[in-house]
Amino acid sequence: MKTVFAKSAPGRQGVWPQAPAKDPSAYVPENLLRKTCAGLPSLSELDVVRHFSGLSRQNFGVDGNFYPLGSCTMKYNPRFMEAAANLPGFTRLHPVLPQLKGAGRHCQGALEVMYEMERLLCEICGMDAFTLHPMAGAHGELTGAMIIAAYHKDKGNKRTKIICPDSAHGTNPASAAIAGFEVVSVPSKDGMVDPEALARVLDDQVAGMMMTCPNTLGLFERRLPEIVALLRQVDALLYYDGANLNAILGKMRVGDVGFDVVHLNLHKTFGTPHGGGGPGAGPVGVSRRLTPYLPISRVVRLKDGQFFLDYDRPKSIGYVAPFYGNFGVALKAYAYILRLGREGLVRVSENAVLAANYLRKRIEKHLDIPFNRTCMHEFVASAVNLAGRGVRALDIAKALLDKGCHAPTIYFPLIVREAIMIEPTETENKATLDRFVDDLVDILSSASADPAAVLAAPRTLPVSRLDETRAARAMELTDDS
Amino acid sequence: MYPNDLLYTKTHEWARVEGETATMGVTWFAQEQLGDLTFVELPEIGRSVTPGEEIGSVESVKAASEIYSPLAGEVIKVNQDLENAPELVNQDPYGRGWMVRIRLSARPEGLLEASAYAALTAGQGH
Repeated sequence: MKTVFAKSAPGRQGVWPQAPAKDPSAYVPENLLRKTCAGLPSLSELDVVRHFSGLSRQNFGVDGNFYPLGSCTMKYNPRFMEAAANLPGFTRLHPVLPQLKGAGRHCQGALEVMYEMERLLCEICGMDAFTLHPMAGAHGELTGAMIIAAYHKDKGNKRTKIICPDSAHGTNPASAAIAGFEVVSVPSKDGMVDPEALARVLDDQVAGMMMTCPNTLGLFERRLPEIVALLRQVDALLYYDGANLNAILGKMRVGDVGFDVVHLNLHKTFGTPHGGGGPGAGPVGVSRRLTPYLPISRVVRLKDGQFFLDYDRPKSIGYVAPFYGNFGVALKAYAYILRLGREGLVRVSENAVLAANYLRKRIEKHLDIPFNRTCMHEFVASAVNLAGRGVRALDIAKALLDKGCHAPTIYFPLIVREAIMIEPTETENKATLDRFVDDLVDILSSASADPAAVLAAPRTLPVSRLDETRAARAMELTDDS
Repeated sequence: MYPNDLLYTKTHEWARVEGETATMGVTWFAQEQLGDLTFVELPEIGRSVTPGEEIGSVESVKAASEIYSPLAGEVIKVNQDLENAPELVNQDPYGRGWMVRIRLSARPEGLLEASAYAALTAGQGH
C-alpha cells in the first residue's frame, strides 16, 4: 500500500485553509515563519478516507477476531469506557489548570477521579497508597525500583541487588538495572520460585525482589508466604509485577500477602485498547512505610471536601511523568471498575481462569504442556515435539494467522523450549475457544502430513513470511510499492 | 556437531586451545536454540577475563543471551566480521563464527570433552 504522500496528486484538494487576510510576516516573528513548503499531500477528502480505512483493514485488533497473545491480556475493551473518556468536561481540561492559583476549583471533577481511582486501586490490591503517574507497565516498574532505592537510602541501608526469578518478564531486570541495581537471577523449580534457591542468593546487599504472580507460566506461586518471610529477614522489599493481575482480581490482595510495591497495567487488567506501544498506564501502589517516597504531585482531599495537588513531599523520588500520567487511561479504568463493581471484577478473573483451563484441557491432547496443572489466566504449551518434522512454534504461529486469529506469544518465557503462550482472556465465548482449538488441531495435523504447507504460511495476509533477521538489523522503512 | 578437538562449557561455549592462546565461540547447540542471530556484542581487546565471567552477549530473533569466558587470560582479538554478519555464528559456529581469541594466563580447568558436552545437551534439545 502506498503512503499518503505517494498518493498525492497536484491540484487535488479536500479542505483548503483560507489564505490569511494579513501577511503573516506582519504578526509572526521572523524565526517562526516557515521558509519552505510544508509538503502536505494534495488529496480529496474521499482519497484520505479510503487511505485510512484501507490501513485500518490491514491492522489486526481484538475488534476483528480472537487475540490470544499470552502475557498481553488482549481482551475486549467495552465501549462505555470510551464514552466516559470522551466527556467534554474531561477532554477540554487543560492539565496546567490545577496548578494555577485559584483555578483548582475548575477541575475538581478530574482531581476527584484521580483521588477516587487511587483509593479503588488501594482497595483492590490491599495497598496504602497509589500514584497514577507512571505511563506504562515498565515505567511503573522503574518507579517502583526507584522507590525501593529511596527507602533503603533513607534508612541508611547499603543495598545494591535486586532479585528476579528466571521466569520474570524481561522488563523486570531491565527496570532494576536502569534504577542502578545489580540483577541477580534465581532459578525456578517445577515452574515456580524455589525458596531454597532464593535463600542461597539472599544477603544483606539485596534491596528487593520482583515477582509476577501468577507467573509467566500462568502458575500461581504456591510458596509465596515462605518467600515473603525470607525477604523480611533481611529487610528486602517484595515487588509485585501486576501484569497478570486479571487472574486474581477479588481473589487475592497483594498487600495482604506481604508485597510492598506493586505496579498495575491499567490497559490490560482494566481494559484500554493497547498494543503497538500504547497508550498504557502503570500506576504504582505501596505499603505504608513506602508512602513518603511516592512521586509528586499527590492528590489530597482537604477537610472541606476540596481536592488539591500536594507538591510538598521532601522524601519523594520526584517527578516521573509530565502532569499526572495518562489521565485518559486512568479515566477509562475508573469507569470500568465502577461499572463492573466488586462482583463483576471477581467474575473477570474467574472467567479468565476458566477460559484458560478450558483451552489447556483441550490442547493438552495435541501439544506438549511442560508444567501441566491447573493454571491461572494463561498457560504455556511447547512445540518441541514437532521439531522432528522441521516445524517450530514460529511456523504454527504463522499458520494461525491464515486462520484469521492473532498468534499466541512464542518463545517466551525462555524456560520453555519452543514456547507457545496462550491467554484467551475472559471476554471470549466457548464457541470462539472451540474454533481456535479446531484451527490449531488442523494446523498440527497438516504439520504431520504436509509440513511444507505449514512452513509456507501465511498465504492470506498482505505480506507473507518476513525475514525476521533482516527486520531486526536493517531497520529502515521504505515505500517501494 | 561437537568436534573432538574442542573443549566445552556447561553454558554452551567452546574453546580451541593452541599453545599459549585459545579461540572461543558458542556451540552448535547454542546457535540452534537461539535461532537466527541478529547481533553479537564482543569484549574490548586487552580486557582480562576469568572463567565464567560475562564477556559479551548475543541476540537472536527469539532471545538475548550472555556469553561467558571459558578460560582465564587476556582478550587479544575479536571477530570483527560478526558485527555485520552475525549469521556466521549460525552457519559455521566453530569456524568463521568464532568470537574471541584469548592469551591464556592459566591452564584450562573444569571444561568438558566433546562426549560429555554431547551428553549434557542430549536431554535439553529437540
